[in-house]
Amino acid sequence: MFGKLTLSAIPYHDPIPMGAVYGSLLLGMTILSLITYFKKWPYLWKEWLTSVDHKKIGIMYIILAMVMLLRGFSDAIMMRAQQAIALGSSQGFLPPDHFNQVFSVHGMIMILFMAMPFLSGLMNIVVPQQIGARDVAFPFLNAVSLWLSVAGALLVMVSLGVGEFSRAGWSGYTPLSEQAFSPDTGVDYWIWSLQISGVGSLLTGINFLVTILKMRAPGMTLMRMPLFTWTAAFTTVLIIFAFPVLTVALSLLTLDRYCGMHFFTNDLGGNTMMYINLFWTWGHPEVYIVILPAFGIFSEVVATFSRKKLFGYGSLVYATAAIMFLSFSVWVHHFFTMGTSANVNIFFGISTMLIAIPTGVKIFNWLFTMYRGRVRVATPLLWTLGFLSTFAVGGLTGVLLSMPPADYVLHNSLFLIAHFHNMLVPGVLFGFMAGYAYWFPKAIGFRLNATWGKLSFWFWLTGFYLAFIPLYILGFMGMPRRMQHFDNPAWHPYLIIAALGTFFILCGIGCMLLQLLVSIRDRHATRDVTGDPWDGRTLEWLTSSPPAAYNFAVIPTVQDRDAFWDMKETGTAYRKPDRYVDIAMPRNTVYGLAIGGLAFLFGFAMIWYIWWLALVSFLGVIAVVLARTADDDTQEVIPAAEVERIEALRRGGA
Amino acid sequence: MQTQSLTMPVNAPEEHAGHDAAATQALGFWIYLMSDLIVFSGLFATYVVMAHNYAGGPTGKELFHLPDALLETLLLLCGSAVFGLAMVAMHKGDKRLVLAGLAAAFLLGLGFLSMEASEFQHMIRAGAGPQRSGFLSAFFTLVGAHGLHVAFGMFWMVVMMVQMAAKGLTGPVQSRLMRLGMFWHFLDIVWIGLFSVVYLMGVL
Repeated sequence: MFGKLTLSAIPYHDPIPMGAVYGSLLLGMTILSLITYFKKWPYLWKEWLTSVDHKKIGIMYIILAMVMLLRGFSDAIMMRAQQAIALGSSQGFLPPDHFNQVFSVHGMIMILFMAMPFLSGLMNIVVPQQIGARDVAFPFLNAVSLWLSVAGALLVMVSLGVGEFSRAGWSGYTPLSEQAFSPDTGVDYWIWSLQISGVGSLLTGINFLVTILKMRAPGMTLMRMPLFTWTAAFTTVLIIFAFPVLTVALSLLTLDRYCGMHFFTNDLGGNTMMYINLFWTWGHPEVYIVILPAFGIFSEVVATFSRKKLFGYGSLVYATAAIMFLSFSVWVHHFFTMGTSANVNIFFGISTMLIAIPTGVKIFNWLFTMYRGRVRVATPLLWTLGFLSTFAVGGLTGVLLSMPPADYVLHNSLFLIAHFHNMLVPGVLFGFMAGYAYWFPKAIGFRLNATWGKLSFWFWLTGFYLAFIPLYILGFMGMPRRMQHFDNPAWHPYLIIAALGTFFILCGIGCMLLQLLVSIRDRHATRDVTGDPWDGRTLEWLTSSPPAAYNFAVIPTVQDRDAFWDMKETGTAYRKPDRYVDIAMPRNTVYGLAIGGLAFLFGFAMIWYIWWLALVSFLGVIAVVLARTADDDTQEVIPAAEVERIEALRRGGA
Repeated sequence: MQTQSLTMPVNAPEEHAGHDAAATQALGFWIYLMSDLIVFSGLFATYVVMAHNYAGGPTGKELFHLPDALLETLLLLCGSAVFGLAMVAMHKGDKRLVLAGLAAAFLLGLGFLSMEASEFQHMIRAGAGPQRSGFLSAFFTLVGAHGLHVAFGMFWMVVMMVQMAAKGLTGPVQSRLMRLGMFWHFLDIVWIGLFSVVYLMGVL
């Protein structure tokens, strides 16, 4: 009846996971009872859970990303704390079995359930407004993507309390992740949460590429698109080309594990390196999937806060395109030690080095944009400055690692860990934090508190250097990654400094949360009534904050690259339209949420071999899709009079 | 005059919003097909890498029967041609002919699938199942993935026949039929690759 699932799957005896379980349950129950107490369920249901509004979907994505950031970061604290004490006779507080789960889940959460939802969220909020559209191309599919991501994240969270998570690293290398070496449910949790959220990401990719190609306002040619929209376009192309490969790699591993096939096994003609090739054919572009939108954010922020046109717009677009193409020709640098010929390694080494060129072009673009600009050091720009200086260091160590001989020495050491955190933390996370501060007033309607934001930034920056510079040194000293315990006392001081850095980052995250609370408290004083709090340059600042459901009462006509700036210059920005027209918008629907819920049940059933439930939930998904396609009445009309009323309110307020 | 220069004219696309919904959906579906093609290319790459990992088991030369594969090819190609005729009928608005065309394409698909099922059954009975070797795992997965797509396309045909019977040839139904057609032809292209790489190269 319940497959492999028995009560013994719940780790009663283990205080750390149980503490996390009780903590999460308590928090969840508190939130649910507060919602019930304030009778907010109808509001939540009507305005959020069944919504197909891209702005609301974006906000829900970012909430998911923030929650998962806390989860992923608590894993980081545990690892650094463990390594700070597990020297010699001390075994620390995490047994190897648990430590291995912690580093596996940390990597996976941060990439797949923090960075991906964050970028999907920002794209959702910003891209349609930047191109002067009222919605995305496929609003319903957008809701499906969101709820599939949530389903995947929920599976990871459930693994805390029911069974265990994978111990095979976030990349799940075979043959360790095969049935023979990982017979428990951990790898299955990893497979199905990745697979389900991966489908969601693929749908997001298709949706936004079509949105950008098809739904731009009149006059917005490709070379007039804001840089964030450009990077979103490149990212969606990468998603469409890369995620199917992950689907294949995971499916084949699933067939190995569930059906006894021999793709990646050690015996009967399996080829373990095939998995590693497939994984990184997705995995390397994935890095650019998360980082390109961050580059887009930096470009918007730098231009706005320097009050200048972006320096070298064309070169930035072409540099991003170059990175997009190159990202598919470097995957072997993740395993130079595979033992291919020197010539193969040289090819991949050189193409890796080549990526530094377009990236360098971008750095100069941003610097020259600020040069002789009227620079305002607001929080978003602060994150950008922190990125520029820190990211350059990571880029240099990347070029170092791209040399196969050097890589043979540094492979699998903490140097590598320091390098990719040095790319992803300033590159991706700082970028998203800049975007969060920059677009928060647009999405929510009031500004974030600047003092707490700046404090958070300084804690993050200091913490980052303290946590990761020692890891570079430890890498040179020969310390491998993923060690639960070590015997070399020379490493100890550096690990203590790294743990201290994590503490600083913890303060940074604390400031972030406080900033949110303080900003909500002060919301009446910091309300953005103009819709344009930063004196922005691109079309998203033309709408009100938060925007009306239809974004633009009249679709704007674009005359120039910085479309909104141009409108302000020529005095055409806030003209009243000669008349209002009816606007058709997609109707709310429960089907997206239903598909997410059923996908979660399907994943859970597959993990625990509950075949009847897997069948029922799979058929359920098909039934929901059929019901949706049978329904041709998916739009509702906002009458012109209602549009006029909403717009008049805004004009009155402004 | 003053007020006129201060107002903004409503854009032309405003008047007929959603006029290109079908074109947008078609582009989205094209892009989906490309991503599906990448799924297949991953499976093809895996098959090519593992094509000789027999692990002492049977080889393609011993297992594949080319005349059957040729017949399967013909069934699929005829299915595509019939579907094309159904689309011509759709543009003429002849619902009965569209239904007939879809039914014929469905039956041809069924013929293809039953041939494939019997091929799989024979192989498994002869001890050449997917668990036997890396080569056979890759073979069953690649060919089976295509077969699953065909089965899905047939399911879609049934759904469309029901929708057509219930709603007639409405705009959304026609747009879905167009996309089903793209999907159905796409599977032929994949099969041509499969026939060449798996069956032809397998018996060489």
